[in-house]
Amino acid sequence: MSENIVWFEGYWKGLKGEVGGKGASLGEMTGAGLPVPPGFTLTCTAYRKSKEQSSLDEDIARLLYELDTDDTDMVSDRCKQIRAAFGEMAMADQVESDLREAYAELCRQSNSEDVPVAVRSSATSEDSPDASFAGEHDTFLWVKGADAVIDAVRKCWASLFTDRATCYRVKMGYEHRSVEMSVVIQKMVRPISAGVAFTLNPINGDRSQVCIDSAWGFGEAVVSGEVTPDNYLIDKVLMEIGQRKISIKEMEFSLSDHETVERAELDEERAKSPSLTDAQIRAIAVLAKAAEKHYACPQDIEWAVDADLDDGKNVVLLQARPETVWSKKTSSATGSVQSSGDFMASIVSTLMNPLHTKK
Amino acid sequence: MANRFPSPFDIETPEGAEGWQEMYIYSSLFSENRREFEDSMFWFQDGVHWPNVMTPWDATFFEYALASLSQYNSRHLQVPPADGIAFRILNGYGYLSPVPADPAKIEERVANFTDRAGHYFMNWDDLYSNWMVKIRDLVGELEAIEFAALPDVEDAERVVKSGAGVGSGYQIQENYVRLTSLALKLWNYHFEFLNLGYAAYLDFFMFCKTVFPSIADQSIAKMVAGVDVDLFRPDDELKRLARKAVDSGVAEAFSAGDVDATCEILKSSADGQAWIASFEESAEPWFNFSTGSGFYHRDKIWIENIEIPFEFIRSYIQNLKDGKDLNRPVEAIRVERDRIVNEYMGYLLTDEDRETFQGKLGLARTVFPYVENHNFYVEHWAHSVIWRKMRELGAIMVKEGFWSEPDDIFYLKRTEVEEMLWDYFVSWATPEAPAGPGYWPPIIADRRRKCAALAKWKPIPGLGVPPEVVTEPFTVMLWGITSDSVNAWLGGGDQIEGELRGMAASPGNVEGLARVIFSPEDISQIQEGEILVAPVTAPSWAPIFGKIQATVTDSGGMMSHAAIVCREYGLPAVTGTGFATAKIQTGMRIRVDGNNGVVTILD
Repeated sequence: MSENIVWFEGYWKGLKGEVGGKGASLGEMTGAGLPVPPGFTLTCTAYRKSKEQSSLDEDIARLLYELDTDDTDMVSDRCKQIRAAFGEMAMADQVESDLREAYAELCRQSNSEDVPVAVRSSATSEDSPDASFAGEHDTFLWVKGADAVIDAVRKCWASLFTDRATCYRVKMGYEHRSVEMSVVIQKMVRPISAGVAFTLNPINGDRSQVCIDSAWGFGEAVVSGEVTPDNYLIDKVLMEIGQRKISIKEMEFSLSDHETVERAELDEERAKSPSLTDAQIRAIAVLAKAAEKHYACPQDIEWAVDADLDDGKNVVLLQARPETVWSKKTSSATGSVQSSGDFMASIVSTLMNPLHTKK
Repeated sequence: MANRFPSPFDIETPEGAEGWQEMYIYSSLFSENRREFEDSMFWFQDGVHWPNVMTPWDATFFEYALASLSQYNSRHLQVPPADGIAFRILNGYGYLSPVPADPAKIEERVANFTDRAGHYFMNWDDLYSNWMVKIRDLVGELEAIEFAALPDVEDAERVVKSGAGVGSGYQIQENYVRLTSLALKLWNYHFEFLNLGYAAYLDFFMFCKTVFPSIADQSIAKMVAGVDVDLFRPDDELKRLARKAVDSGVAEAFSAGDVDATCEILKSSADGQAWIASFEESAEPWFNFSTGSGFYHRDKIWIENIEIPFEFIRSYIQNLKDGKDLNRPVEAIRVERDRIVNEYMGYLLTDEDRETFQGKLGLARTVFPYVENHNFYVEHWAHSVIWRKMRELGAIMVKEGFWSEPDDIFYLKRTEVEEMLWDYFVSWATPEAPAGPGYWPPIIADRRRKCAALAKWKPIPGLGVPPEVVTEPFTVMLWGITSDSVNAWLGGGDQIEGELRGMAASPGNVEGLARVIFSPEDISQIQEGEILVAPVTAPSWAPIFGKIQATVTDSGGMMSHAAIVCREYGLPAVTGTGFATAKIQTGMRIRVDGNNGVVTILD
């Protein structure tokens, strides 16, 4: 969209330096067809341009002149002043208008006036050790409205000057002025239902299945085990829903009026209703398969159905990590007669032990 | 819940059918002589092939089929765990009981089976192409049999001066013996390959279940299923003829009302005549296709009831006019099959597993065409010819005053037909009046009454003590009989009111109005979008599969013909539900879950 904004779907790997690790990862997932909640990255260029048209570099140089990194009080005081300076810094006009416009677009996509977003810093490059320090105060959740977003972005920028990060750069002799940061702005999900999914059947390790656990509201209820979730088994190949167990889901975690996540009891009708439609079940299975394919190993994902997005686009991926239990097994058939090259021995064994055919 | 079914010795005879046993040969009946053995076994009714009462002659194919199957398992191939399948007739219905092999002999049987079955698997293509030659020759031999009324005087040249030494009186008896011998040979051929085909399929099936424990049976079937299957050829021919009618501008003739009027119009133009010639070309052999299982003389055969293929063609013409594409998407089916195979391959973990998977899939695909195709050649084509020849003989005996309808002959046991022909021959030779015209009509009338009384009896699905688990592989595959279905018959299991459970035979989930069909004659009642509910379906119902949404049957397994056709036509199907036709009525709203094998009555 501009040198200041890179939407997740507009990302390509040439932009990695501009969007940082987190922005790149979200962009890559989006590009792979993994429906992460929509959003964009405010680039390093945006940071640099804002900083250039302010007196910040001089202020930083002044404040960090002859900094004694062993004097924790001094470090704390100086860094605090730098971060305060970021708070007062005006964004470059173009950066601010691009940011406002991008946020407005995100609101349109989410059918919302001022969609709540997460604002997170995204480290500039992998080889920069700053990456590990940039993440201390860098996440702001449920940020609503363009002004609040701008404010949160400045706080993210300021988080480059945490005490630890600053001391580290001084010790290593890195230039403070060359350090850059991008910021990810991503829509917060307001889940109708949420849960987890495995790209294999956790009962028997069958990799041709997707297993979904689902309940109403935020996924925490499923993850913590506070409800018995609905359980679905989907055949990855035929994409047929092979098994559905609907549970009584007595509670959910939902968003209260003042936007905090609270526990709520459910009435009987809702408690016993399936928490997913067939189309949603299939969409989650497609999503799980795509994650598995992208990461080339079985996945354990967290997903949600977002109330703000349109049907057909509202199943989103919140997290993907490798499945660990069954993935360690390399073969389920090796050693059995059925897997040997002797086909007659195998056929005889099949006829002699046909218990599997019992339905 | 009861833990057993009634003993076959405790089943009451339906009112009006007293003495029904005399209609069948003694060895097919339960009897005191074998009571100990018979009472120790579990028997299930074979509703897949014999859903209705058998008339005395119709029992022939039941007996020939089961005896042929049994000898291949027990004596020819020595299938290690399974001897044959004992068969009995009770109240006119067929009951079967798999006989396990003597455990002491298993080792010897394994060696024999490995050698014998191994030979078939190694030489499958040669043996199978030889089978195709044999079966066509056999049908040719059947076709060549001609029954003729005995002449006043034998032909001088052909019979007397030729030195043949035998004449028409001998010939008519030999012809009948030949017909039944060829029928028995036909059934020997039928089972020459069949169980081997199932065994190789099962082996692939079990491997899939080992590496993918949750894989749906139907996914396995889809990977193996053929695309160009002879069983679908009759339907493809109907479509071809419908297109030809449209393309050559003679389609209007099919709005004429009946077959005669349509033919009249067709004959009046060169294009119409060309169409008739083309129809006749398709008809032999492809319209030797039964509307039923092929096991009953009453099942209608397309070639003898031209109104049936004509009605299907008329309906296809209408589809073409409505702009529908009749082609089976053969290429798409092939692509989909490859996709399924490749995707499963991708989920296997080692090269070794992938190699084994491919090897077993390869063998299953080599043997499976037989499983899919034999049905047309045996139950449809050859049986059609046999029924036709029998009816010709029946018609001759009508003229000779033995009885009044050609079909009366099917109320004689096959051994009694020999006695009857002997009577005919003797009375012709003497000459004197035959005894038959006074002897047979009351017997036939009595047996017709008995069969009608037996038809009112709903056969109970099982007899005797069921095994703890049903493991016999062919029983599960062909008849869809599992521990679950046996429990459901006994009224146990976790049955839910308004819910029927059966085999998940073809995937998909639909809701709609039920149409319960008990007889092939009624299939024209089916309306667009309905769900077909029937005791069992026949492959020849394929043309209506374009109309319906799903199929539910009382009997049948994954490999039953209903299941094969449903998968081919992409319709959800639940087979082997036991009681669908008893619990569901036409017009009820039902849901068919072909993924889980569940039918729910929604009303």
